[in-house]
Amino acid sequence: MSKRIDVKDLNVYYGNFLAVEDVNINIQAKSVTAFIGPSGCGKSTFLRTLNRMHEVLPGARVEGEVLLDGDNLYGPGVDPVTVRTQVGMVFQRPNPFPTMSIRDNVLAGVKLNNKKISKGAADALVEKSLVGANLWNEVKDRLDKPGSGLSGGQQQRLCIARAIAVEPQVILMDEPCSALDPISTLAVEDLINELKDQYTVVIVTHNMQQAARVSDKTAFFNIAGTGKPGKLIEFADTTSIFNNPAQKATEDYVSGRFG
Amino acid sequence: MSATVVRKRSALTKGQLPKFAPYIVLAVALIVGAAILALIGFNAFGWGIVSAILFAVGLVSWSGAVEGARKAKDKLATCLVVGAFLIALLPLISVIVTVLVNGIPGLITPGFLGTSMNGVTGAYDNKAVEEGAPVLGGIYHALLGTIQITLLATVISVPVGLLTSIYLVEYGNDRPLARAITFFVDVMTGIPSIVAGLFAAAFFFAIVGPGTKTGAVAAVALSVLMIPVVVRSSEEMLKIVPNELREASYALGVRKWRTITKVVIPTAISGIASGVTLAIARVIGETAPILVTAGFATTINNNVFGGWMASLPTFIYTQILNPTSPSNPGPSDQRAWGAALVLIILVMLLNLGARLIARLFAPKTGR
Repeated sequence: MSKRIDVKDLNVYYGNFLAVEDVNINIQAKSVTAFIGPSGCGKSTFLRTLNRMHEVLPGARVEGEVLLDGDNLYGPGVDPVTVRTQVGMVFQRPNPFPTMSIRDNVLAGVKLNNKKISKGAADALVEKSLVGANLWNEVKDRLDKPGSGLSGGQQQRLCIARAIAVEPQVILMDEPCSALDPISTLAVEDLINELKDQYTVVIVTHNMQQAARVSDKTAFFNIAGTGKPGKLIEFADTTSIFNNPAQKATEDYVSGRFG
Repeated sequence: MSATVVRKRSALTKGQLPKFAPYIVLAVALIVGAAILALIGFNAFGWGIVSAILFAVGLVSWSGAVEGARKAKDKLATCLVVGAFLIALLPLISVIVTVLVNGIPGLITPGFLGTSMNGVTGAYDNKAVEEGAPVLGGIYHALLGTIQITLLATVISVPVGLLTSIYLVEYGNDRPLARAITFFVDVMTGIPSIVAGLFAAAFFFAIVGPGTKTGAVAAVALSVLMIPVVVRSSEEMLKIVPNELREASYALGVRKWRTITKVVIPTAISGIASGVTLAIARVIGETAPILVTAGFATTINNNVFGGWMASLPTFIYTQILNPTSPSNPGPSDQRAWGAALVLIILVMLLNLGARLIARLFAPKTGR
């Protein structure tokens, strides 16, 4: 239940502005890949192209190929909605649906698509997803309470539960811990470690220690200057990125000399 | 406390007026104001004005002497703000009191809410004035007409207005069409209501036949007034739904229209519903467009699509302008004021309803 992602010669645009230039990357199935780099270098933009969320913004477009187990996401006739059911996403800020209970939030992917699901199957799915997101024990007694009543860390894990409830192949995480305290961060990181047994996980993070802790492979993005496109500088095993980087820029960044 | 203890003043404080200073100044201002007015002939309105000015001057100068210029300016600003508030509030209270005083006798007349004006002629009114017989006739037909016309106008306006605002917020993307719609909605907001009435009348004359006056025509006229209000309020409500929720929904593989119907609208529904209710309250008292589109009737008309129809505003208008008994307009006045009171109560209930709806539908945050 996980697929690999291969990106070939991808250019990402906002209107006429080239935001990310010429990315080639191969992301293994059942692994955790971290994207690091300074702010504005296009990590999040690139991440959003992996489930066609980029084009939600007006004027945004891409050139190139993103292959999900060999199928091009940007091929003709591909429905972005199908892509997004296969490639789930967790956002920087926890965003549970405020009108829904915890239970309904988890079931949102099913219910919003009007799929019929029996109560028993729904209960099982809720429990499985919440257990998968390490949240079950904290919320099992108040599944009918609003999701927005949870703490920030719990909300973020609820969002992860919501993402895994639609059983995607890949989970993208856009700085999932940047709004969380260290304890909640630890809970999410533990969760990421468990998720990689079943899913391909791609995580954008500003926290290099986090990248080092959770990821198998790390991609370093950088930007030459304001108004220039972001580029993938180096992509390698996390240990070599942090201990023995091939590029000078990577070494400077991970050792804290800039950025 | 022994008198020998000299309380050292904190170096961080300046002189302060006692807490009750404003009350003293107010009392003095009222007394002096009354004295001044007594010299030139007393009236309550002048007393209020003179006392208010005396109060402001007195409090500000006392404060300036004791507390310093900054506090004095603060007091002056407070006086101005409170004064403006009172000036704004006075007409409102005055309206409510006048309508209550004049309207209650009409409202408590037996049969006022349950009977129409059918068969009530000047002879009965003359009798009521001259022989003290009960005032006959009521507003049942007008109340029914107002409810039918407003309901139909709402049924027309809400889908059109809501769908327009959905287009503007979710699909418009600042396209020329969206900009044009926004512009014309703004223009429509300022259309005089009589023009809306003439439009609806002319429209139905053209497609149904000359002289078509029914509740439905009035409903169309009211829709013209209501749609821009609904569009504007719904648009604002949809805009404040965080984009993150839309993205969260898209990321779950939910289609755009389902995202709108299941996530965006439920999140904004409390604001939309109260906006709609306020739009209804806004048009329910329209008189001119109804006069030219639905005419006025003295009988009960249950068919909004056929025949002239009364409404509360036109009922008030005709009762005042053409009393049922020209020689004794008293009973007509009483009925008109009663109808006005009912209209105000309706608007008030709608406003309360809007608040209730907003609270009922608001996203819950309890733990």
